[in-house]
Amino acid sequence: MTTFVATVVGSICFAVLAPIVGCFLDGLDRKISAGMQGRVGPKLMQPYWDVRKLLQKEKMSVNTVEGTYIACALFFAIVAGGLFYSGGNFLLCTLVITLSSLFFIMAAYSTRSPFAEVGAARETLQVMSYEPMVIFTAVGMYMIAGTFDVAGLFDMRHPLICYGWPIFLGLLFILTIKLRKSPFDISSSHHAHQELVKGITTEMSGPTLARVQILHWCENVLFLGWTGMFFLSAGPASLIVALVFVALVYFLEIWIDNNFARVKWQVMLKWAWIVALVAGGINIAVLAFA
Amino acid sequence: MSFMSKSPWVIHYDASSCNGCDIEVLATLCPGFDAERFGVINTGNPKHADIFLVTGSVNSRNIHVIREIYNQMPEPKAVIACGCCACEGGVFHDCYNVIGGVDRAIPVDVYAPGCAVRPEALIDAIVEAEKVLEEKYEAMKKGEHAPVIPLDAPVLKKGA
Repeated sequence: MTTFVATVVGSICFAVLAPIVGCFLDGLDRKISAGMQGRVGPKLMQPYWDVRKLLQKEKMSVNTVEGTYIACALFFAIVAGGLFYSGGNFLLCTLVITLSSLFFIMAAYSTRSPFAEVGAARETLQVMSYEPMVIFTAVGMYMIAGTFDVAGLFDMRHPLICYGWPIFLGLLFILTIKLRKSPFDISSSHHAHQELVKGITTEMSGPTLARVQILHWCENVLFLGWTGMFFLSAGPASLIVALVFVALVYFLEIWIDNNFARVKWQVMLKWAWIVALVAGGINIAVLAFA
Repeated sequence: MSFMSKSPWVIHYDASSCNGCDIEVLATLCPGFDAERFGVINTGNPKHADIFLVTGSVNSRNIHVIREIYNQMPEPKAVIACGCCACEGGVFHDCYNVIGGVDRAIPVDVYAPGCAVRPEALIDAIVEAEKVLEEKYEAMKKGEHAPVIPLDAPVLKKGA
C-alpha cells in the first residue's frame, strides 16, 4: 500500500516538475546546438513558447483515437517517471515506459498516413534496438544491488558504476536512440532536413503535437535519471556526483547529435544489439560467475 | 496574450521558382542569418506550420499543390509570397503557362519583393506575418475560419 501511495505521489510530482525541467533542458539543447553550429540560436524559453503556441492552434485531427493514444502515452510516461523518482521498481519502470512508446506508435499507425506509418515502423525498430540493453541494465542492477528498487541504491557502499561500467556504456549507446538524437533519429527528427521529415508525428498537429512534445520532455528527464542512477550510493554527496555526470552525459549527447550523420535502420539495429550483447552480456557473465 | 508571434514555424514550397529565392529562403534559416533567433523553424510539414513561404509563380501544374498545402495548415496561418515571381509572376508573368502570383491560388498576407528576395526582406516579412497571425488568432477565437479552397476552384482575382 505504501508503495502504491509513493508511486501516486511520485507521479503527481513528476507530472508537475518533469515538463519544467525537460523544457529547460530542451532550451539548453537548442542553445548549445546553435553555439556548436556558429549561430546565436533561440532564447532559452523557446520550447515553452512553442508548446504554448501549439496548444492555442486549431484542433485538427484525422481521427478521434489519435489524441486518446497520445494521452495514454503521456500518462504512462508520467507513471514510469513517478515509479523511478519515488524510488520504486526499476524493472516495472522500463516496462511502463515501453508501454508508453507502444501507445505513441499506435497513435501514428491509427492515422493511416503513409509517412506516419513509415515513421511508426521505424519507431518500432528503434524500440527493438534499445530494448535488450534496457533489460540487461535492469538485470545488471539486480545482480549488483540485490534489488530492483531505486531507493535501495542509497544503501550501497559502492555505486552501480563500480561493478557495472560496461552496462553503463551500453546504456549510453542506446540513450542516443531514446533521446532521438542523430545518428539514430530515424523515426522523427528535430530538424527538417531528412528524407522522412517529421515521420511518426506527420499527422499530429496543434494540441496533440504539444502533448507529444511534453511526452518527450518527460522521457528525457526519466532517461537522464537512468544514467544518474549508476552514481548513487550511501550519503547525499552521491546525488551531486550523479547530477554532474548527468549534465556531462547530456552535453555528450548534444555533441553526438551535432557531429554524426544519420545511419540506416540496419546499422542501428546491428550495433545496438552488438553493444547490448557485448557490454551487457559480458558484464552479467562476470557478475554471475566471478 | 497569444503565443502566435513567439514561435513562427514555416513550411517552404517551391512553386516554379528558378531556385534563386529558394536558396535565399534556406540562407535565412542557415547560420548566416539564423532566423531561429526569432523562433523560426523549418518544419517541412503543413500540419506543423504557421507560415507558408511560397517561391515562384503559379501555373496549372502546381496550383493544386499550393492549395492542398494551404488547406492542410491549421488555423491561424499566414502566407508569404517570397520574391517577385511569387508576388505577381515576375519576369515570367506573360509566359503562356503562367497564371500569375501566388495570390491567384490562395489568399496572400505578406508580399516580400526582390529578385531574388533578400534574407533581410524575408525576416522582415516573417515579422509582419507574426502580426497577421496574432490578428487571425483573435478572429479564430470569435469563430472565424479561413476558407477551404477547393483544388479545382477558379483562379482568384489578382491581389484578392
